Amino acid sequence: MSGRLTGKVLALHLGILGLLFIAQFILPAYHHTNVARIMVLATYAVGYNILLGYTGLMSLGHAMFFAAGMYGAGLPIYYLQFGAIQAFCIGVLLSLVLATVFGLIALRTSGVSFLIVTMMFAQACYLAILYFNRITLGDQGFILSKSLESVSLGSFEFAFSDPAVKYNVALLLFAGCFMLSAVLAGSPTGRVLVAVRENEERTGLLGYNTYKYKLLSLVISGGISGVAGAAYALLFSYVGASFASILYSIYPILWTLLGGTGTTTGPMIGTGLMFYLVDIASGLTSSYLFVVGAVLVMLILWFPQGIMGAIRTRWLPWLP
Amino acid sequence: MVTVDSLLETTALCKSFGGLHAVKDVDLRLARGEIRAIIGPNGAGKTTLMNLISGRMPPTSGQVRFKGRDITGLKAWGRVFRGIVYTFQVTSIFKNLTCYENVALAAQRRLMGGVTNRLVLSERQIAERVQAALLQVGLSATAGQRADTLPYGHQRLLEVAMALALEPELLILDEPLQGLAQEEISAFCDLLRMISQEVTVLLIEHNVSVVLELAEMITVMDNGQIIAEGSPAEIERHREVQKAYLGK
Amino acid sequence: MSFGPHLFLALLEGTVTAFVLALIALGLSLVFGVMRIVNIAHGEFFMLGAVLAWSCSMLVGGGAFMGFAVALVVGPLIVGAMAVAADGLILRRINYQPESTIVATIGLLYIIQQLVLTLFGADARPVAPPIYFRVAFPWFGYSGYKLIVAGVSGLLLLGTWLAMSKTKLGLYMRATQQDQEMAQAFGVPVRRVYAKAFALGAMLAAVAGVLVVPIQQAHYLMGLDPLLLSFIVVIIGGLGSLKGTMVAAFVVGISDGVVSVFFSPTLAKIVATLLVAAVLVLRPGGLFGEEGS
Repeated sequence: MSGRLTGKVLALHLGILGLLFIAQFILPAYHHTNVARIMVLATYAVGYNILLGYTGLMSLGHAMFFAAGMYGAGLPIYYLQFGAIQAFCIGVLLSLVLATVFGLIALRTSGVSFLIVTMMFAQACYLAILYFNRITLGDQGFILSKSLESVSLGSFEFAFSDPAVKYNVALLLFAGCFMLSAVLAGSPTGRVLVAVRENEERTGLLGYNTYKYKLLSLVISGGISGVAGAAYALLFSYVGASFASILYSIYPILWTLLGGTGTTTGPMIGTGLMFYLVDIASGLTSSYLFVVGAVLVMLILWFPQGIMGAIRTRWLPWLP
Repeated sequence: MVTVDSLLETTALCKSFGGLHAVKDVDLRLARGEIRAIIGPNGAGKTTLMNLISGRMPPTSGQVRFKGRDITGLKAWGRVFRGIVYTFQVTSIFKNLTCYENVALAAQRRLMGGVTNRLVLSERQIAERVQAALLQVGLSATAGQRADTLPYGHQRLLEVAMALALEPELLILDEPLQGLAQEEISAFCDLLRMISQEVTVLLIEHNVSVVLELAEMITVMDNGQIIAEGSPAEIERHREVQKAYLGK
Repeated sequence: MSFGPHLFLALLEGTVTAFVLALIALGLSLVFGVMRIVNIAHGEFFMLGAVLAWSCSMLVGGGAFMGFAVALVVGPLIVGAMAVAADGLILRRINYQPESTIVATIGLLYIIQQLVLTLFGADARPVAPPIYFRVAFPWFGYSGYKLIVAGVSGLLLLGTWLAMSKTKLGLYMRATQQDQEMAQAFGVPVRRVYAKAFALGAMLAAVAGVLVVPIQQAHYLMGLDPLLLSFIVVIIGGLGSLKGTMVAAFVVGISDGVVSVFFSPTLAKIVATLLVAAVLVLRPGGLFGEEGS
């Protein structure tokens, strides 16, 4: 397992981004918005993967970071008419702070205990959003398009209702987080994270403060999740409590498992595939979440490595 | 009092688990560059003492000093950084990673200081140190192999390579010869002698003949306490008393 | 109604909740203890019990009582069979590995939930109680059926305790919980004990579902709240400690009832979930007693 940021690896990542960029000129309108949505959700998956795939810590509560980004960006715009960029920064900041505070408390546990603590915390956040209904508008949620003004940079004006803006902002944010994950995977720090996953005690006895590394991983993971949440609020104009529910903590597990945990390209592929699977299923039946359950069970039983994981094992060992 | 500059000093070190006193009032003094062996029957407290020195466990009372500084409160990872490296009784390598990756994890530790070094490090620098460590233990050929494909004796050597890559000043080996075949044992002893030219070695070992030949000083433990200490010749003379313990 | 009677009402509600919660949590705790796995789909077994009870009330003639009586027997049996199937087809194949089991049971949750949605629809279905009478207290009338639910739950809890301490299967389960390898060495058929423990856990949840459905309505999403509450109970009460689970069920059930009546159900749950997180973080033994320290 290498994955160092060699020329080959860099070319692969930039190539994927290039393809995504070109795709916007070819895709019909329906898929155009879908891919934009997929890229934002894939950013979420990339963030989740850093904690699960690389550091080996499974969380059932990442929705709280996604929601922190979403509400952190959405509420200032809705109530205080903040500009898009400031609101975005607040959203990301809120998720970073939440991840840090949570990490300081929760990383004293590990394994299944850690998983349940994440689930409980996230559930408490979800319930709190519902409890403070008057401010957060709870389950119903609120729409941002009326309060969200376009951003002007120099002589250009970017309106968030413009599909091209949606697509390219999503692509830009995804690209940033995607490349960050690649750099991290190939760095000495990334190596240590993998070591923590493989054998934490041994890693400590090689001179590494494993608690610090786990915290770092959680904060980066939570922060990227917050980026996705804030982006979702801005680009798709909707903030609602459903994004803080346990389903949105389960989705990234599903996406990363399907795509392949511990690979940089996996999350994106898993997200895209599941998005369309759920999309097609929801057209067929109202019980479309059955697909979520079925895929999870099938993955665990027969395909735990996921798509890119299997590809890496069989054909491309240099894949990060 | 003799003021020999000791590398490691424990003062009245104690560890008890509930009512069980695993280590009682141990005063150990290690000089730089020596090869020290700790022997004694099972349950004598040898591994517990190693755990206290390496930082895997905190002591109930007592002090540990390394290079003149008090490290009693320092966590294990901090002690490694200071130069105390411990290898496990049961091999604990990264089974799913290649030998190269295993040693690289150790080698890069010394090079990581500051933010940029944690994100981008010259792989060549790391590679140099990895090759050097693998060469020293004789595993250069297996660098690209997965660690769990190695035979047991080679996994032991991999552990030593990882320890060497950390540039230790004190190397603690917990029963390093366990499970090795005869030829592997003599090769390992040669390796240890070579290492000890630059590194102080502290080892727990049950193989008495090897201990008598290899060690410069021997400490005998029983029931959590040191009951004898001296050169191999002196300890051998004590043999009658220790026959019950050494069971030879 | 003044404070005193209001409190009494809250305590009554809390007690009924506590008994039912104890049944559900006992199932979860049993599975935790014997198999050392977390079953995220546990709430769905509860929901299945309720839904099957509704089906029985629709299919079985002879009035509410007959339908209910049939449901009380048939429901848990069907759910138990499903649990054995899930154990054999999924859990056994992944070797009860902790994290894989969690993901697998999450999948199972959605499979069961959505199948019920397909077959029974999204509406909440009411079921008439088998017996209807009101107990007249000086300040208010209280549903007699609820008191019966508490009573029957208590009997079932007692029965389970007796089964665990007096029967051979109970002995096997306790041995497996104590030390799996030793138990195996002594000839305990661990794999079969696992299947039976999983089935028993599911059946306890299903019975609770049947008992509760005349009070609540049957709805495909009704498994989530009990799941969360029983998690809270099992963690506060201590893994595998059946006594601890009972005590915690009462603490959680009654306080949930009281806070819900006086403040809000949502607030009660927020406090409870944070309490659990605190317990896990502060207790050095962790969830399975091996982590931490």
